[in-house]
Amino acid sequence: MDAYHLLSEIVEVVWAVVAQITNVIPLPSMGVGGGIEAKETVDFLPLVKLTAAFVAGVAGIFGLGLAITAKKFAVEMDPRIEHVKEVLANAHCGACGYAGCSSYAEAVVMDPEVPVNLCAPGGDKCADAVARITGKVAEKTEPRIARLFCQGGAAESTRRFKYEGVMDCRAAIIAAGGDKTCLFGCLGYGSCARACPFSAMTMSDDNLPVIDPERCTACGKCVSTCPKMVLELGPMASQVVISCHSKDKGPVVRKGCNVGCISCGTCVKTCPYEAITLENNLARIDFAKCQVCGLCVRKCPTLAIRDYMPEREAAYITDKCNGCTICQKVCPVNAASGEIKKKHNVDAARCIGCGICVVKCPKKAIIGTFRAPRKSPVHAETVGAA
Amino acid sequence: MDYVKLFELVVAASLINNFVFTRFLGLCIFFGVSKKMETAVGMSITFTMVMVVSAAVSWIIYEYLMVPYDLTFLKIIIFIGVVAALVQASDTVMRKISPVLYYKLGVYLALIATNCIIIAVPLINSGEGYSFIESLFFGLGSGLGFSLALIIMASIREKLELANVPAPFQGMPLAFVTTGLIALAFTGFAGLITL
Repeated sequence: MDAYHLLSEIVEVVWAVVAQITNVIPLPSMGVGGGIEAKETVDFLPLVKLTAAFVAGVAGIFGLGLAITAKKFAVEMDPRIEHVKEVLANAHCGACGYAGCSSYAEAVVMDPEVPVNLCAPGGDKCADAVARITGKVAEKTEPRIARLFCQGGAAESTRRFKYEGVMDCRAAIIAAGGDKTCLFGCLGYGSCARACPFSAMTMSDDNLPVIDPERCTACGKCVSTCPKMVLELGPMASQVVISCHSKDKGPVVRKGCNVGCISCGTCVKTCPYEAITLENNLARIDFAKCQVCGLCVRKCPTLAIRDYMPEREAAYITDKCNGCTICQKVCPVNAASGEIKKKHNVDAARCIGCGICVVKCPKKAIIGTFRAPRKSPVHAETVGAA
Repeated sequence: MDYVKLFELVVAASLINNFVFTRFLGLCIFFGVSKKMETAVGMSITFTMVMVVSAAVSWIIYEYLMVPYDLTFLKIIIFIGVVAALVQASDTVMRKISPVLYYKLGVYLALIATNCIIIAVPLINSGEGYSFIESLFFGLGSGLGFSLALIIMASIREKLELANVPAPFQGMPLAFVTTGLIALAFTGFAGLITL
C-alpha cells in the first residue's frame, strides 16, 4: 500500500468519527454568509482532494508566472550596491545627506563623484570597506565628535522665569527664547539627548548633555535638533574647547552665568600658537592651529574653557638630553630646569603636561606627555620589567 | 449594457461607501502616506491600478474555477494570493519598463501586497455577485474613492504643517480628528443614490 492510499484511509477513518459526532449535533442550516451557501452534508474526501489540487494549481500557475516575469524583466543590478549596503552602519541617520543607507549605497557605487567616507557612524572602517568595494580611494577622515558650547548648568546659571511647559528645548524656546537668563546657553531640556540615534548623549544632574566619545559618531542629529545651536561638530583631537556660546558683553554674561566667556582676552594672550581670536565678544579656538596644550584652560578667569583630556601626564626628560636649555625657554610654567650641557629635569608638580617641550626638544629626549609617542622604548622597558 | 448601473456603482463605491471614510478600511496606509501630496498622488495611482487589475483577475478565477467546483470557501486565501502575485509581478515589470515610475511608486507596492482595501474589492465583488464589467467598475470606483480620500487628507495635512498646533495634537492626533470630521462630511452622500 503506498503512502497516498494510507493517507486517504486515515482521512476516511477520521472523517467517520467526525461524521458520527456531527450527526448528533444539528448542523446550522444558515449563517455561513458571504455568498457561501450552507449545505446539509459535505463529501469530505473529494473536497479535500479538489481543494488541494486547486490551491496547488493556482500557486503553481502564479509561481511560474512570477518566475517567468522575473526572468524576462530582470534588471541588471550592480552587485556592489548590496555589498556596500552590508558594510554601512545601517543606522539610517541621514548624516551622509542621502535618504537612507540604501540610497547612499547606490549613489556611492553609481556616481564616481560621491566620496566613500560619508557614513559618519561607520567611520574609517566603513569608509575603507566601501573604498575596497567601489575601487575608490578612501581619504582619511579625521574622527569628529559633537561638542557642547555651554557649561551653564542649573547650578552655574540663572533663569529669568519658571518655565512649566512641555519639557523640550524646542517647546521652551517659544516662550520668549527660553527661561535662561543667557540667551545663548543650553536650555537643558534634553531634546538633543532624545534625538541621538546612538544613545551617546545623557543629561547630567546639572541639566547639561554629556556626550559619550565612545558612542558619538558625529552624525549631527543633535546639532540640527538644538534650537540654541549650542552644539557643534568638531575634530575629536581638539580636546580643548571654549565652552561658551554667548555673544553678549562681559558684564551681561556675568549676570546670567558663572562660567561664561566674558571676552577678557586672557586666553588670546596666553595661547603660544595664536589659535584663539576674539570675535563678537566671544573667544574662539581655531582647531587647525590649536595644539591642545591646555594653557588657556588654566588662565581663564571664569573657567569657561573646557579640557576634555582626561588627565595630562607630566613630562619626563630621558638620558638623551644634551642640555640645550630649549625646554626651559619654551616651558610656560617654568617646570623645566637645569644647567647648560647637563641633563635637565622637569618638576612634575609644576608641569601641566602641555607637551610644548616634547615638540620643541631637538633630541626628542622628553617623553611622558600626550604628545610623545605612546610606546616609547623606555616605556616599553619599564612595562616589561614590571 | 446598463450604463446607469455602472455609473451608480462608481459613485457608490467612491463616495457613498468610501472605503476610508465609511468602511474604515486601509487606514494604516491612509495615515502613512497622506503627509505629502506627491506621495499621496503616487499611492492613489498605484492603488487604483492594482484594484482594477486584481478585481478582473480574481473575478475570472472566482467565476470560472471556484464557483463551478464549489470552492468558494477558499476565496479569502486565493484572493490574497492573487493580489500578492499581481503586486509582485507589477513590481518586477515596472522596475524594468519604467525605472522612474518604479522609484516614485515602488516603495508603495510592497505596502499594497497585504492591504485590506485591495483584498476587500474582490471579496465584495464575489459577495455581491457582480458581473465582470461591474467588478471592473467597482474596482475603479473604490480606487477613485481611496484616491479622493488620500488627496483631500494630504492637502489638509500640508496646510496643517504651517499651522500652530498645540503640542498634544501635533501629528497623528490631529490627523485622526481631521479624518473623523471628513468621515462625518461623507455621511452627507448617504442618500445620494438608492440602488
